This record gives sequence, structure tokens and C-alpha cells, in this order.
Amino acid sequence: MIPAAAESALDVAGAVRRGERTARSVTETALEMIAAREPELHAFLHVAADEARAAADSIDDALRAGRDPGPLAGVPVALKDNLCTRGIPTTCASKILEGWRPPYDATVVVRLRDAGAVVVGKTNLDEFAMGSSTENSCQGPTCHPMDPTRVPGGSSGGSAAAVGAGLVPLALGSDTGGSVRQPAALCGTVGMKPTYGLVSRYGLVAFASSLDQIGPLAGSVADAALLLEVIAGHDPLDSTSLDHPVPQVSRSIDAGVDRMRVGLVDELVDDTAPDVARRIREAAEELAQAGALVEEVAVPEMRLGLSAYYLIAPAEASSNLARYDGVRYGLRVEAPDVAAMNTATRTAGFGPEVKRRIMLGTYALSAGYYDAYYGKAQRARTLIVRAFDRAYERFDVLLGATAPSTAFAIGERTADPLAMYMSDVCTIPSNLAGHPAMSVPFGTGDDGLPVGVQILAPALGEERMFQVAAALERAAGARWR
Amino acid sequence: MTEPPSLGRDDVAHVAQLARLALGEDELETFTNQLARVIEHARDVAALDVEGVPPTTHALPVRNVLREDDPRPGLDHEEVLAGAPSTEDGRFKVPRIVGEAP
Repeated sequence: MIPAAAESALDVAGAVRRGERTARSVTETALEMIAAREPELHAFLHVAADEARAAADSIDDALRAGRDPGPLAGVPVALKDNLCTRGIPTTCASKILEGWRPPYDATVVVRLRDAGAVVVGKTNLDEFAMGSSTENSCQGPTCHPMDPTRVPGGSSGGSAAAVGAGLVPLALGSDTGGSVRQPAALCGTVGMKPTYGLVSRYGLVAFASSLDQIGPLAGSVADAALLLEVIAGHDPLDSTSLDHPVPQVSRSIDAGVDRMRVGLVDELVDDTAPDVARRIREAAEELAQAGALVEEVAVPEMRLGLSAYYLIAPAEASSNLARYDGVRYGLRVEAPDVAAMNTATRTAGFGPEVKRRIMLGTYALSAGYYDAYYGKAQRARTLIVRAFDRAYERFDVLLGATAPSTAFAIGERTADPLAMYMSDVCTIPSNLAGHPAMSVPFGTGDDGLPVGVQILAPALGEERMFQVAAALERAAGARWR
Repeated sequence: MTEPPSLGRDDVAHVAQLARLALGEDELETFTNQLARVIEHARDVAALDVEGVPPTTHALPVRNVLREDDPRPGLDHEEVLAGAPSTEDGRFKVPRIVGEAP
């Protein structure tokens, strides 16, 4: 059974701004719910109760003084623990950063606070966001909110489980190959990856810099739109930040899909389990009934995405993770000279999946293999971008599954990294192209667990993407009320 | 077109050393088997004929960005050093890098 949706962020912010509820009472309720569910879920690595209460009190003070705290007034928000929070532990679920308290806040954290949000804690993830199940956390896995024997997906599994369980209306995750959308799909929440550069990555611990984006997780399309509008926008502190007006996604969600050209991508349907594929076809039918012009389209280059991604992302990671050397932050294992200290620290501090990715990336970049693997992957990336460009000449948005199956069992894929990597097969292409994409819950699979339908759009096509997402949400609501 | 290279035990030992990771014998075995499967899968990309196709490093155009050269406060010195495993006199402290032990 899908749990009752948490109160929406829009409702909470409205009630707080009108003075019907205090931010403090909303925060206390969230902290109580977290305390009640955490022993079973393990969605959080750190609950920042004191800081949350202080933030809530200052919002209530502002209201009493006649100031508007902003569009997220008093709304509890959970942050994936790879987002830097000044003075609050930020570990990336890695032993190598255990106990580290960043000396600055990520830009998204500053924007959340400026909008009146209350950060309640840091959520569990696969170590350094490398994984698809949250089982690669050095603190142990997060459980699926509807079935504790299943994974919540990953790597933003803690954020997805926290929203899916109704502990918080909103959370942030990061999406390098699907790490927001895939757990959102598995946990029955909305999750979206913005256009590359739309949201500042200043203060996001880097994994694969040409792919990483921060994205919202929410209980509804409207709440995701609200959160995106708060965190998006140009930031001089991120050199890849786009200087472009923020898409007005909240305004577009009621626009409907009449005459919208929707391409149902064969590869994003055929390569999924039959119960998932059936739901995605039903979603396409719903859009057609709502006035969209739906056609099937083959984009075979998408099948190159998995291999290209698992060469490019580890290559970038092997470079980004060189900074964990036992000098400036986190763990150090002492040794007589600096090279031995680096090796001892990294060997003790990184978990197996992180080591795999670093070695895979080092291999792909090393002399003799660079042209055969990394060079080819970058050219395959070009083929994928071109295939998208061709598809978007005919379609406004593309449609498919977010994940090839519903939530799988804890332990099912841990022994076979390649089987785990396959969980990202539907989400990776959008990261390689830098495009936005989002997952919206659409019914359940044969096991009664949520299925997510994915909407893909070209760069900065967030408005039409949210239009379609909202239409699918309405259709799902009418079908399974 | 030449066959894409495969990945073996010696490759894993070599890249582990480059990446400053120490592996036990059992780990070396396990990692070799796992990574060889991933590289095997990547043959679909490695075998592509991409003659004349340019590489994509960033999907969207990125260019160098410079800010105005005006002074502004940096991170708090004490706060930054507080996160380090070892410091001395306001600096990061590391073990010996070159030369004989004193």
C-alpha cells in the first residue's frame, strides 16, 4: 500500500505564512515523525534537531515582526549528505569524511534558508553517491518505506525514503546517472534532475563533474516545482552555472498537454520488466486522452549510455576523489611518509564500490586504454546527444520508465556490480546529454510497489516537462484515487 | 579494427597503485573479476566506429568564467583547519615528504 502523502510543502508554507501554525510546531512534528520511523528506515545519517529548532524560531520571530520568511516558510527539508552544511556533519556516507563539519554552506542550502525552509537533517546515500540502492553507505542501508526488506533505490535513497515515508515534504538529492529519479521512482515520490548548470553545485561534493546536478524530491509535482524555483538560478561561485532565467515551472503545471508532441521511447519501455512496461504504456495512453500527440520512437543510441557512463563517470570520479589524501579533512591513517599515509588513509577510508569506480576510472584514463575506452565513451556521448537532438525535432518531450524494475530486495544485487549498474539504464542518457528529466509515480507493479514514469526534455525544457508531469499526476490520481 | 583490450589482474594491481589503494590478494581477485565484467560490457562502446565523431566533454557549452578582481573574505582559517586531521602553527601538517628522517 502507498503511504498517505505527507502534508504538502505548499500547504505548510501557506499555514505558517498566514500565522495559522508556527514553524516551531511544524518542525517538532517532523522531528517526532523522524524519531518514530528512523529505527526501521535509517533514512538519516544526522538529524540536526537543535539547528532546526533555532531556524524555526527565527522564522516565527520574523513573522511576528511582520516580515515574510519566504515561499518555503517553516517547511522541513532533508538534505542528501553530500551537500555541505556549515557546522553540521557532512560525510557522503564515507568513513573518509567521518565527523567532518564543512566551513561553508552549499549555495542550495543558503537559498533554502533564505526561502524560509528548515533543514532537519542529512540523509543517507551510497558512499559519494556511487550506487543505486543506498547499500554502499558506510553506515548501512536505508530501507524502503513500504517494505523494509527492499532497497529505496539510490544513491539519494535516504532523501527518497524520507519523502516517501512522509517524514518531510521536500528533500534534495544529487543526480549523476539517475540518483534522484531512480530512488524517487522506487519510493513513489516525484524526483527531478534539472538541466546541467541550472542549479548551482557550489558545496555539492563532486562525483563526476560533467554529469552532477542537484535536484528536488517531493510528494507532488507542484511541490517539486516550488523547490526547483527556490534552488535554481545563476551562481557566480559555480563556473558551470547557467546565466539564464529560471524556468517558471509552477506556472506551467496547470497548462495541460493539448497538442504536446510526446515520443514514447522504445528502449525505455522494452528494456524494463513487463509490469513496469505496462504502466508506462498506460501513462502514454493517458496523455493521448488528455490531448497529447503520442507516437513511439526508437532511440537505439540510448543503449550505449550504460557503457559510456560507466567509463566517463568513474574517470571523472578518479580525479575528483584524489583530494581525499588524509591532509585537509576527515580521516588520516598515520604512516612514516606521505605516500604511505595517503595509501593507508584511502585504503581504510573508501568502501568497495568507491574503490571499484576509482580503479575503473584510472584504468579508462591510463596509457594504452585511454583511446580504446575513455575516448570512445566521449564519442559515444556525442552520438547520444545527436540522437536526442534528432528526437527533439519531432517531439516536445520523451517518455519512458525511470527504472527497469520496482524496488528490489536488499542484498539482491550487491555481489554483482554490473547488475546494480543496470538499475540506471533508463536515467543515464539524460545526464550524458545534460538534459532535464523527472520521475512521477504512476501506479504500482505486480508486487504492489511504486512505478515511476520518466519525462525527458531538451536543455531548459523544464516548463513543458512539468506540464506533462502534472498531467500524469492528475491521471494517476484519477485512476488510483 | 583491433580488438579492445581486456582487463586482467596485473591491470588492477597497477591502477590500484596509481590510485593509492592497497589491495589484499582476495580483494585483487574479486575486483579483477568484477571490473573485467564491466569492461567486457563496455565493448559495445569500445567497438564503435566513431571515425570523425568529435568527443563530448561537457554536453552543454561551458567556457572559462572570471570574476571581478575585488578582494572579499575567504573561508574562516580556524574553521577550515578544524576539519584537518593534523595541523601546526595554522597550517596543515603532513608526514615527511622527501629526504631522510631527522
